[in-house]
Amino acid sequence: MNNRSLVSIDDFSTEEIISTLDLAEQFEKEPVQKLLEGKVIATLFFEPSTRTRLSFESAINKLGGKIVGFSDASSSSVTKGESLHDTIRMVSSYSDLIVIRHPIEGSARYASEIASVPVINAGDGANQHPTQTMLDLYSIRKTQGTLDNLNIFMVGDLKYGRTVHSLMMAMSRWNTVFNFIAPEELKMPDEFKLYLDNLGLKYYEHSDFNNIISKADIIYMTRVQKERFSDPIDYEKVKNIYVLRNSMLEDTKPTMRILHPLPRVNEISPDVDSNPKAYYFEQALNGVFTRQAIICKLLNIK
Amino acid sequence: MKEPKQLSVSAIQNGTVIDHIPAKNLFKVIHILGLDKFDHQITFGTNLESKKLGKKAIIKIADKYFENADINRIALVAPDAKLNIIKDYEVVEKKVVEVPDYITGIAKCMNPKCITNFEQVKTRFRVVSKKNVTLKCLYCEKITDQENMHII
Repeated sequence: MNNRSLVSIDDFSTEEIISTLDLAEQFEKEPVQKLLEGKVIATLFFEPSTRTRLSFESAINKLGGKIVGFSDASSSSVTKGESLHDTIRMVSSYSDLIVIRHPIEGSARYASEIASVPVINAGDGANQHPTQTMLDLYSIRKTQGTLDNLNIFMVGDLKYGRTVHSLMMAMSRWNTVFNFIAPEELKMPDEFKLYLDNLGLKYYEHSDFNNIISKADIIYMTRVQKERFSDPIDYEKVKNIYVLRNSMLEDTKPTMRILHPLPRVNEISPDVDSNPKAYYFEQALNGVFTRQAIICKLLNIK
Repeated sequence: MKEPKQLSVSAIQNGTVIDHIPAKNLFKVIHILGLDKFDHQITFGTNLESKKLGKKAIIKIADKYFENADINRIALVAPDAKLNIIKDYEVVEKKVVEVPDYITGIAKCMNPKCITNFEQVKTRFRVVSKKNVTLKCLYCEKITDQENMHII
């Protein structure tokens, strides 16, 4: 990978994804490795995202790198009217790699074209968030021992949720069975189902998850946001249907794990947290190892 | 009595004739090919009768031959256009336009939240369907279909 960027998970071949996951595994065993000594990483957060930023900064610190950047646009020269183009030109001369989060879709791809150093997309609006996808893949492989022949249940907002779209696209590289559980208003869009049809992959759609999750290897929960509903009554009708409770997990496979990109609101009942099948907090920790691996891959360090 | 044979737009000795342009898109074709900046002699006719298109337009450009890649740029606005290559008043070659695999510039991304609608970025698309031309933005990755396509 020569001066490569990671803007969309599709930028990585299957082999590159696997070797990144393997490297992340090494970082999990030995997180502190001074591989970024003397390197400067720019973290440009044009919109606040505490979780993603801290995860990146933790990863960079564990690798011994130095960080320059800002955590929201109001403390950058954007407030003076500087274009993204000029900001990226300037920052790429100060740093060895740029991590960017920006509310405008396509901004990370554009940044990667301007920058003379690798760019990592840490979220561009509703578009892509590939490091989240990588950590989801890592969590799935780690808990299941494989990425092949799994049955994945995706629950909640499947229409707007970019993490479920990216994960679905990524998992479609392997022989995966998908189950989509969503209210009518938030169903998986046709373009994604068509994509699976073309690959010959199986998927099933459900409007609630009673009695069907016993086959699941992974349950991927997402938040159903009130703002997504044009009629608040529709939200009231469905808001409790998509809540996972501990009592529902009895008949599920012992190896099944529950993932969630976080933040969680009420879609996973707190009584699930102590169940060994709850994996969402470990999942967040995996984000540090996978980001360490992605940074090193893009800088050709390992 | 037989009508006298008459061409609506006078013939050219050498050059290119672009026929079967939808009349409403004539000026878009002129714009995309940059004909307004040409020094060559150009004649055009519009709102001409056409069985296929209803009203069509035709452009004749003297002493000019286009590269395929250049001419394919008009596929978005004139997918049925036919080219006649003229040498010494004779049609020596006929060509049709083909929708290219990638399109740079020309169309606007319909996603209002796309970077190309915020900064001065030249749009770039991958053509995902050539029949009813459908474009996928290489920046925001959203689809722009024919119905919502605006030519820049």
